[in-house]
Formats: sequence, C-alpha cells, structure tokens
Amino acid sequence: MTYFPEEVVEHIFSFLPGQHDRNTVSLVCKVWYEIERLSRRTVFVGNCYAVRPERVVLRFPNMRALTVKGKPHFADFNLVPPDWGGYAAPWIEAAARGCVGLEELRMKRMVVTDESLELLAKTFPRFRALILISCEGFSTDGLAAIASHCKLLRELDLQENEVEDRGPRWLSCFPDSCTSLVSLNFACIKGEVNAGSLERLVARSPNLRSLRLNRSVPVDTLSKILMRTPNLEDLGTGNLADDFQTESYIRLALAFDKCKMLRSLSGFWDASPFCLPFIYPVCAQLTGLNLSYAPTLDSSDLTKMISHCVKLQRLWVLDCIADKGLQVVASSCKDLQELRVFPSDFYIAGYSPVTEEGLVAISLGCQKLSSLLYFCHQMTNAALITIAKNCPNFTRFRLCILEPGKPDAMTNQPLDEGFGAIVRECKGLRRLSISGLLTDKVFMYIGTYAKELEMLSIAFAGDSDAGMMHVMKGCKNLRKLEIRDSPFGDAALLENVAKYETMRSLWMSSCNVTEKGCQVLASKMPMLNVEVINELDENNEMDENHGGLPKVDKLYVYRTTAGGRDDAPNFVKIL
Amino acid sequence: MSANSGDSPAVSGLDYDDTALDLTLALPGSDHASRVAAATTERALAVGWPPVRAYRRNALRDGDAGGASCRLVKVAADGAPYLRKVDLAAHGGYAALLRALHAMFAICGADGQEDAGSGIGSGRLVDAATGAEYVPTYEDRDGDWMLVGDVPWRMFVESCKRIRLMKSSEADNLAPRPSSQ
Repeated sequence: MTYFPEEVVEHIFSFLPGQHDRNTVSLVCKVWYEIERLSRRTVFVGNCYAVRPERVVLRFPNMRALTVKGKPHFADFNLVPPDWGGYAAPWIEAAARGCVGLEELRMKRMVVTDESLELLAKTFPRFRALILISCEGFSTDGLAAIASHCKLLRELDLQENEVEDRGPRWLSCFPDSCTSLVSLNFACIKGEVNAGSLERLVARSPNLRSLRLNRSVPVDTLSKILMRTPNLEDLGTGNLADDFQTESYIRLALAFDKCKMLRSLSGFWDASPFCLPFIYPVCAQLTGLNLSYAPTLDSSDLTKMISHCVKLQRLWVLDCIADKGLQVVASSCKDLQELRVFPSDFYIAGYSPVTEEGLVAISLGCQKLSSLLYFCHQMTNAALITIAKNCPNFTRFRLCILEPGKPDAMTNQPLDEGFGAIVRECKGLRRLSISGLLTDKVFMYIGTYAKELEMLSIAFAGDSDAGMMHVMKGCKNLRKLEIRDSPFGDAALLENVAKYETMRSLWMSSCNVTEKGCQVLASKMPMLNVEVINELDENNEMDENHGGLPKVDKLYVYRTTAGGRDDAPNFVKIL
Repeated sequence: MSANSGDSPAVSGLDYDDTALDLTLALPGSDHASRVAAATTERALAVGWPPVRAYRRNALRDGDAGGASCRLVKVAADGAPYLRKVDLAAHGGYAALLRALHAMFAICGADGQEDAGSGIGSGRLVDAATGAEYVPTYEDRDGDWMLVGDVPWRMFVESCKRIRLMKSSEADNLAPRPSSQ
C-alpha cells in the first residue's frame, strides 16, 4: 500500500469511522502516520490534561473539529473543588497559533473565560459551531463576542452551563448579515433576552432546525417564533406559565400545528397543566421529550400527555410520574430506547413516587430500552432480575437508590444478585452505576460478566479491597472508574497498576487510600498523574489519624503524556 | 484557639427545637455502616448526594432561574482523618443540623438507625466507643469560637464560617452564653 499516492491512502483513511481506528493506522509506519495526521479533521481529547494542547495542534494542523473534556465526572456533583483546573484557554490559544482553520469546538466541564471566547471569535475565520456543556467561567459578554464576529456561525449550543448574566445585549449582537444559524440553544442563560431581537434573528435564519429558549421567553414570543420556523425539528420551549390566557395557548397550538417536522420537545419551564392539552396534537410525531424541569406537573398531567407520544424514543421525566405513570409509558411508548427519571425531592428519606414496580413495568412494555437513568427510593433483587431478563439490550444502566446502602426492600438482603443479573444478561453493557446495599459479591459479578464495561460508578458499596480488585482484574475494557465512600484502600489501588495506563482515569473519594499508597502508585507508574486533592483545614488537623497514615480525601489518577500540570492549585498535590 | 474569659459554663440545655437528642460520635469511614449513616439522615445532604447536577438542583429549587442559595461550611471533628461539609441552608434549625452532624460521624445500629444512646444532655455528641464527649462549636465572622446554639438559627447561618466538633475537655474555656435567653 505504500506504493499508492498519498491522496489515495488519505482517501482510504477517510472511510475509517472513528478516531480509534485512525489512531491505529497511525501506528503502522511513518508514512501512514504522516498521511493520517495531516488529513485528520476531527480530534477528540477525553481528558484535557492527558496531552499538551500544543502537541495536539502540532500533530493535527488541519483539524476542523476539536472536542476537549476537562473535569472528572464527579465534578457534576460538587466533589471537585472550585479552581481545580480544566481551563479552556491553553487549548484555544494553541489552536489560534497553529490551526486557524478550526471550525468546531466542543467542550465539556471546562472553565472558559470571556477573553478566550473573544479570541475564538476573532481568530478562526471559518468558525461555525460552539458547543459548551457543563462549563463555567464566562458571561453573556463572551457570547456577544461570538455572535458579533463569527460570520458563518451555524451552531451555538449551550447546555447546562453556569453563565454570568450581563444583560440581554448579546443576542442583539448577531448582525443582520447572519443568516446561517442551524442550532441555537440558550436554555441555561438566566437573564432576559430581547423578544424583538430573537424574533428577527429567527426570521432571518431559514436553516434553523434546533432552537432552545430560556425561562424568560413568554408564550406569545414562542408562538410568533414557531410561525416562522416550519422546519424546526427540535424545540426547547420558554416559559409556559399559566396566566389563564387561553388565547395565548390557542395561538401556541396553531403555531405548533405548522411545525410538521418537530421531533423533539424540551423546556416546559413553569409549565402548568392547563397548557398541556394545547400541545397534544404535536405529541404523536415526537421521538424525544424532556419534561424533567416541570415539577408542577403531576402524574396524571404527565400520563395524559405521554399517552399521545406513541413514537417516543427518548423520555426524560421527574419521579412525579409515579409507578402508575410509568405503566402508561410502558403501554404507550413501544419504541422507547432511553428513559431518565429524575428525583423531584433531593432529601433522602422522603416520599417515594417511583419504586421498582415502575421500572419492571417499563421493562415489560419497552423491549428496545437500552439506556436508563433511574432515581428511586427502593429496589429489589427480584425486580432487577426480571428487568435484566426483559431488557437484555441495556448499554447504559444507571440506578440511583436515594438512600445509600439501602437493602432489598422486601428481603433486606444486599442487591448483589440483582445487579449480577443485569451484568450477566446485558452483554453489551458499557456504562453502569450501582447503588443500594452492596457487598464485594457484586464486584465479583461485575468483574466476571461485564466484559464490555467502559465506565463504572460506585458509591457507598463493597466490604473490602477485594471488591475493587475484582473490577480491576475482570473488566478488560474499563476506561473510567469513579468511586466514592467505599472501603477500598491501598491494596486495591496497587493491585494492578499497569491497568491505569489502559484507562482514561480513576477517581476515588472518601475511601481508605492513604498518601503512602498514592506515592507508591506514582513511583511505579511515571506515565500517570496521581493527584491528591485535600481541602486541608489551615490548622492541619487533617494529619491526625488513628492509624498514623494520613488518608487521602480525594484521589484522581489519569494517564498522560504531558507530565505534571503547572496550573494546579495549592490544594492539589501531584505525586 | 482563643481562650475566652468568663465563668466556666455548664454546657447543657442548648436551645434546640427538641430536647431529646441522643447523639453518638465515631470517626468517619470506620466501617460501611457509618459511611452509610453519614448520608442517611432524614434531611442531611452529604456533598454530592444524590448525584444530581448542580444545574438541575438549582433549576428545580427556586422560582427564578438558577439562583442557588447554599451555605456550605466545613465540619472538622477532633481526631477525624478528614473534614466534611454541610449545607446550613438545607436545614430548618439546630435540631436538624445536629442530626446531620450526628449522621456524618455516627455509629449506627443494624438497621442503619441511630443508636439509642445513654441519654446525655442534648447538644452533646458522645463517641460510643471511647465515651469521649464532643461539643459542637463554630467560628463566627469575628473569628471567635462559639458554642453552637446560642444565637437564633438564622443569625447562626449568616455568621457561621466553619464548624468544629471539639472534645469537651477543650470546650470548657468557651465564652458563656448570654444570660438573657
């Protein structure tokens, strides 16, 4: 194959589906490495500290789309202290120096500043897509810069970011010449936007397919917008609060009627039950529905609406839906592939509207279910075993029993057998989160059966080091392991150190790992960064310990070619 | 720690909502049950549990978009290997807070319930293993170490910077409570 001209080899590489395969062909020989790196268009960096940004830009100077992820997943739950890291600036600056053809940037859990957004907006002439997920550190001024300067902008997608509100002017910064928008999502922006600016922007964006408004946009504005966007496929409503203005809702219903291409609906901020019937006509065509921000809707409101959604594939809902509501879902939504049931009450010993019965009903009715996130107050082994038999196609199974360490609600036994059934039956399982009372046995099952598992989340589980050792030994495809409040210590940490180089990262917090164990790990594995994160009291009372060995509060281990990072705060020690 | 002047206080009769608290203390992480108990109190919120994104919590918590009111302060227990954090804004009063502190550093019985302890005076936490008594204290805005329970709850939430569960032998030197109570 080395006798083919480069263009031919490059063309052949263009058929490779993903980064993983392109990485593999790069290893064959120097010629292929060169051809591949110069023709790579999409680069994915799963951990921003695994490699230096300069190195990425040097290797792939012609990349068009870059994805970078920063903080570990448990940062979502406030387990990573502020100022830990994950800064976007070095990436944007490196790309600005070495890769001005960049068109798309996706970032998740990173700290992005207005200065970086301004640099981004002014540097890349062909820039067209910015997707920020769970990021922070910027304000609407940064968005104003993007709107003002990115002349070819197609996508501005802001998902669940923490954005400082500096007024509504940012939306008015899109120039009149900007007509290229395909996707605009500003649902996480807290402040108001100018309704007129929004309507005009939509009116001059004929390619708009996805629009997600924020809580400030009233019903009448939504109606006016929908009249202009008959090709809209994905909509996040603004505020659907009830002022008892029936006419507004009638106008809304008429507007919805025009949107024959609408497939996905979300938002429903402050939605009242009164407005829902006006939306029923559009339900039959929906494949995606997110009602998880509407705590004012009760079980019967939700079920009346969902019973119309016969084509639904993805449903996000609050536990207000209750077991009987889930039964309606099970009988109405035969194509359901993804279900997320979120808690409406975060207190642990509260009332439980959803139990194992709701999930069993779903498993009976929705045989295509492959992705689940389920918060509930109780579970049983029998239910899990039934669910596993009914739905062997799970690729993602995340069960969160709100009370840590809660046993089987009927037998008071640990839930080892139930989760064991899940990993045994669901041979394609890639992501698993476990909860409830669990002994080392569940980890033995996971290590034995979960051969495709890539990400495992553990909380308040296990009896001893043996638990974690089972996982480290058996899960050959494990990439991310995150553990909190479980009795795993140095022996488990050090049992299989070579494995960490095959994984993206390990997180352990409130476990039994000591600093000595971390030092041993760091000295054995120079290609890992072993970060010890201790928010020490100034009096250093932390060092006192009955065992004499200071325990590590939070440990984050990841493979890297970049060495120790130089932006770590003083409460992070990199061994 | 500043040694405050004043009479040696009888550290009892703290002004809590309910007076029949039996609290015990053990070092966190000592076993699975205690770990579980740390997050199992009726209204306790251990950091990051349940695992729901802050964005979602904030969006559901209040009427206006995204404004989170949260008063996380560090809690140090003498002799414990690491600190915990508790959200003062999440508790309705001193009783609830003490239940949360108890759960974070407690031994529990077979069902995960609190031990019926030996009925020591309310407000004190007792390590059932060693019999050592702990007194909840806090550092206020002025940098002084105060006894938890003296001031009205709301005032406490505003002024508390961090909490320390102090061995009661050291607590003898704290400033006495105002007699006008």
